[in-house]
Formats: sequence, C-alpha cells, structure tokens
Amino acid sequence: MRIALASTCIADAMFPQAPRAVVTLLERLGHEVVFPAGQACCGQMHVNTGYLAEAVPVVRNHVRTFAPVADGEWDAVVVPSGSCTGSIRHQQAMVLERAGLPDEARAATAVAEHTYELSELLVDVLGVTDVGAWFPHRVTYHPTCHSLRMLGVGDKPERLLRAVDGLELVPLAEAEGCCGFGGTFALKNADTSAAMLADKVATVVDTGAEVLTAGDWSCLMHIGGGLSRGGTGVRPMHLAEILASTRESPVVPGRPGADREVAR
Amino acid sequence: MSTFLGMPAARDGRGPSPQAAPGTLSGIGRPEDPLHWGASFPDAARAALDNGQLRRNLGKATSTIRAKRASVVGEVPDWEALRDAGSALKTDVMARLPELLETLERNVTARGGVVHWARDAAEANRIVAGLVRAKEADEVVKVKSMATQEIGLNEALAEEGIAAVETDLAELIVQLADDMPSHILVPAIHRNRTEIRDIFLERMADAPPDLTDVPRELAMAARAHLRRKFLSAKVAISGANFAVADTGTLAVVESEGNGRMCLTLPETLITVMGIEKLIPTFDDLEVFLQLLPRSSTGERMNPYTSMWTGVTPGDGPSEFHLVLLDNGRTKVLADEAGRSALHCIRCSACLNVCPVYERVGGHAYGSVYPGPIGAILTPQLTGEKSDLPYASTLCGACYEVCPVKIDIPSILVELRAREVALAGSSPDTADRVWKAAMKAASYAMADGGRFRRAARVPRLLRAISRNGVIRRLPFPGSLWTRSRDLMEPPKQTFRDWWAEREDGR
Repeated sequence: MRIALASTCIADAMFPQAPRAVVTLLERLGHEVVFPAGQACCGQMHVNTGYLAEAVPVVRNHVRTFAPVADGEWDAVVVPSGSCTGSIRHQQAMVLERAGLPDEARAATAVAEHTYELSELLVDVLGVTDVGAWFPHRVTYHPTCHSLRMLGVGDKPERLLRAVDGLELVPLAEAEGCCGFGGTFALKNADTSAAMLADKVATVVDTGAEVLTAGDWSCLMHIGGGLSRGGTGVRPMHLAEILASTRESPVVPGRPGADREVAR
Repeated sequence: MSTFLGMPAARDGRGPSPQAAPGTLSGIGRPEDPLHWGASFPDAARAALDNGQLRRNLGKATSTIRAKRASVVGEVPDWEALRDAGSALKTDVMARLPELLETLERNVTARGGVVHWARDAAEANRIVAGLVRAKEADEVVKVKSMATQEIGLNEALAEEGIAAVETDLAELIVQLADDMPSHILVPAIHRNRTEIRDIFLERMADAPPDLTDVPRELAMAARAHLRRKFLSAKVAISGANFAVADTGTLAVVESEGNGRMCLTLPETLITVMGIEKLIPTFDDLEVFLQLLPRSSTGERMNPYTSMWTGVTPGDGPSEFHLVLLDNGRTKVLADEAGRSALHCIRCSACLNVCPVYERVGGHAYGSVYPGPIGAILTPQLTGEKSDLPYASTLCGACYEVCPVKIDIPSILVELRAREVALAGSSPDTADRVWKAAMKAASYAMADGGRFRRAARVPRLLRAISRNGVIRRLPFPGSLWTRSRDLMEPPKQTFRDWWAEREDGR
C-alpha cells in the first residue's frame, strides 16, 4: 500500500523517533510511505483550548494537505497518535462547518474516513498483529484516553505488543485512568495535573517495567517527564518504536532526548 | 438519593480527633450564590490537593462506588440500549418541553395539586416561604434535593424565621456543620466518621454524650434526632427525580427512607422541581428506574421509590404544591450545543469516574453541581465567565458512564470556545497572553513551510539540557517543569530528517 504519514506536530518537533519508526516499520512490511510536506498540525490544541477561530487555518491546511487520499492518491493516512486521529475524525469537520465552510467540512470528513491511528492501520487495514519485531524488554502499556474512549482501539496495541518476540508485557494497574496531561490542562491546572501524574507514575513503577509504552507521544511526554523527575529509570517509548525494533536493527531503550538511533 | 459507601477509616473511636481544634468542624459556610462561590478552580483545587484526609476519603469512596457501578452495569445485557432509550426520551422531552409542562400542570391540578411557576431562585424561594407561612409553621422537614440546594432555599427560609431540617443523613451532617455539599449523591463525602461524631456532639442537641464513631451508633443518633422532627413537622419540602407529564405523578428515589417519612407524614408537601425533570409517560419510568440506581449507588434497585399523584384523602399530605423552577434552564435549552446538559438525571456517575473530581473533591468547583456535569451545567445556568470548562482533561470517562449519554467532553469544548469569546475583550493579562500565544501558534501551524522553521525552535533548549532532560524553565514553562522534566528536543526534526533522506535517494 501507499501510505501517507501525518507525523503530528509534536512528534515532528520533539519526538521524531516515533514517525521515523513508523517509516521503518511500514517499509519493512513492504509498504510505501510518503510524507506530504505541506502538513503541520491537526488543530487539536486550538480546538480543545476553545480557540476555534484560530483552529480554522490549521485544520484547513491539514485537510488540504491530505485531501488527495480521498481521490486515491494514497491508500490511507497513518497517524502515530490516538488523540490527533480523534481530532481529525471527530473535530475537524465540526470546526470547518462552524466557520461556514461546508465544502471543506465535507472534504475533512472524506480525509478522516481514510485516516487511521497506527494500531488501527496495522490490525484493521493491513491485517497484521505480528510485525516481526524483537524487543527483549519488560514493557507496560498505558492506553491513552483518546485511543481508548474516542477511537475505541481496544486491545489492538496489546495484541501487537504480545506478538513482539522477546517482549514481556506486564499489566498496568488503573491503566484506564488519565495521566493528567490534557493538553493545556497541564498548564491551566498544573497542580491537579501533577497530582494525577504522581498516581500514574506510581502505578507504572509498581509494574517493575523497564519501558512504558503508549500510542501517543503527548501523553508519553507527560508521564515520561514524571518518570524522569522521579528518577525511576523507566523509559517512555512510542508503540511504533518497539514495533520497529528487530534483531538486525534493535532499538535500545534510552532517554528520548538523547537522540538514540532508530533502526533504518 | 443517598447511599452508604462505607465510612473511611478513622484513627481511634474516642476522644477528639487530632486535627479537630475547636471551631474546625465548621464547614465552608453557606455562600451567597450556590452556583458560584469560593476561589478560582485552580486555586481551590490546589488547597484541596494538599488535604491528605480529603484525598483519602475521596479516593476510597469513589473507587468503591466505581467498582459497584461497573459490576451492576456489567450484568445488564441491554445496558447500551437502555442508555440510548434514556437519551432519546430526554431529547424528546426537551424538544416539546412547553407542551409537556402544561400537560403536567393540567394533570397535577386535576388530581388536587397546586402548580406554581418560578422564573428564578428568588421567585421560587418567595413562593415556598409564602406557602410555609400560610401554614403557620416555623419548622419544615426536607427530602434531599439538588434544586433546593441550587436556589439556597434553606437560607431564604431562615431569613423568614423558618427552620428547614435536612433529613438525608449526609445532608444533615452538611447542614449541622454549616457546610456545603461536595457531591451530588453523597454530599458529605469529604467528611470521615470521626469528624461526623464530633459534628453530632457539638451541633445536635439530643446526641448521646457518649457517642462513638461507630457507623451504627452515628446512624442511630441521627435516627432518633430525625424521628422527633418527622413526627412534629407540619410541612415537608422535597425535590423530584421525575415528574410524569401524562399522569401528574411525582417520583423520588432514595436509600434511607427518610424521604418517604417526609413525603407521607406531614400535612403539606411542597415539591421544588427543575423543569427538565419531566418524562412523558409512566412507562418511561421503566427506563430511568433501571438507569438511575445502577449508575448512582451501584445498586440494582434503590431501597425506596416513592410516587404520588396529587392528593388522596386520608392518605398522606392533604395539600400538595409543585413549584416548577426555571432558574436559567430555558436559556440552556435555547442553546443547541449545550442543551443536552439538561438531560442529566443527577446520578453522579460522572463524578465518581472523573480523575479530576477524585483528586480535588466537590468544593473546588464552587457550585452545588460539581464534577464533569457541574462543569458544563453551572456556567450554562449562570451565563457567567467561568474556569470550570477547563477543569477537565477531556479524558472522556464521564461520557462513557453517563446513563443518558451526555457528551460532556464535546460540551466542555463548546463552553471553552464561549469562554474564549467572553475573554475576547478582556483586559486580564492571562487571557491576553493565551490569545497571543494561540494566534502565533495558529500562524506557525497553518503552513508546512512555516512549521518547518518553527519546529526547529525547540532545539535552542538543548543549550540548557543536562543528561537529555530540561529540569527547569522560566514561567510559563515553569508550570510544566515544576512537576515534570521536559525531554530534550532533538537535533533534527522529523521533516528535516525526511528531507535529508529523500535527497540522498
């Protein structure tokens, strides 16, 4: 398949290892990946903070950039983020509709219909759960709120992880509880956010896992920031990074900022 | 409704509790406006987060009831269909509310009741006070009711020299302590049993002097106290869980039976009901009487369901008044995006699953309606600028459990947009800084070329990172780094890496 990658703005700027891993993984599975250069952001931050007018140009840019998928230029759009996929699917058309742009709202709906979060793309569209990965580490998985409740990805990420050779998946207590990130909530209600984070960090540490994984670098940035501050030694890694790891090109858990090499 | 969730552990049964210095039993006092009081949400939340006892009480109570709810909801095979039915019924009610209200009025009147219409809190309080005065009563007993909390009825009656006695155990505790409820269903969730014992000893004249904090003893002391009130009261005041338009029937569901006492013993019953509590037909109760107890107390059925239709000679109150309360509801109804907040049946399932509520408790919301539903209902009822729409991570747990499927996260986003519009011309520095930041981000994020350059900016932070993380940033970055490290930004953005790779091909 010919798959367009929406890297997400946060991963593009802060956590490039995740979209790079998506490229590695999909190419290894025999697919062609393209990166439409016009893309920037899905608009979720603006929408969720209430700045709908400011969201309009951001959303329009996203829709314009990925519109070719509706005409068959690409077979699908993949997003390594549950919340960005959720915003594309459930918010973009609403924003454009309210802005008095019904044609673009329809285009947004058409793009959204071809847009998939990574685990959805792999399991539902490509029909694979064993992607041939090797990652000999003890891992726990945090189901991010929007993957879980907005998209309903269910156990797809866990099925992918269980199929990884060498990986020991350990259950996370109170897994479905929010980590307290919530985008600008982390700044507007910093104390409440920190209290939620402390509880999430405690449950992660209790698992004895070496790596915490999730399908969203935004949540991972938050929990990872808490894990690092607490000196826990637990490393945050995106699901894609684990699935990209093989015996031939292993990905080693390390600090995300330390520019660890991603298997090519 | 009220329920027993198990009393949080206390240190020791006897002697004053360690932190109970004289006077500290008093709650936060009764505010002027029950829909808007106290500090801002972030400030009130900070104070609450620092209260270890409160955190433990809330953590235990909410996790207990979450588990109970999950288990009894899990055993209903058609739960999702029930939710759909509840949602559809409420949507229908809102679509023809004027017509249904008039039907209700007709049927209540035909069965010997008297219907009063109240535009706002002041009018409702005036009507009720007038009715009580006409009976020459100086004390009334009350059934637990959110509507009367919302309008500050007890305080209004007190000004008229009428004492209103709360008979729901938890509401009684809240009232004795001069406090505010902190949960829709379990209003004294912020109190533990030692505190309750101390409140009874200090504020309930007929409490046994050797009262301990054993739950049964506390309940028996309250029972004896309330029995005397039930037997002497001439007038009772209640809210309503449901009103059936078709038959004029009112319904109250509860756990203790104290509501039943109020609804049957006094000569006069006055019910204050928000106009949204209506359901079209008696059969529709079938849906809600399944949804409500499982969602709220985590029970298959609540112990007491009381229904009455007008008056029945020789049986129960001989005089029945129904006060239909608007108090901002028609304004909410007029708003297409927010009106489904009126579907709420006050089960409080959203509070119990909310990760924010679980940590900060109800008082931080500064409204008698706390938690996720309060965050969408309160600002809509008052129409004022509010920080409540931001008191959520939009995690969606509330929507998932709501028995009438109110899409709370989406309404929160709508209300945030309204806040931004209200702040449009605000001179407030924070509002202006947010606006400027969002505008700048919008410009940078609306074009691939501009974002390519913008995405390289974080790289500058590498200068202050150590061992791959940044531990400290100046304000507003400090809001982040106070509690979390920030990962060191990469040397190369994703798209620069991609461009390099494409060039190399």
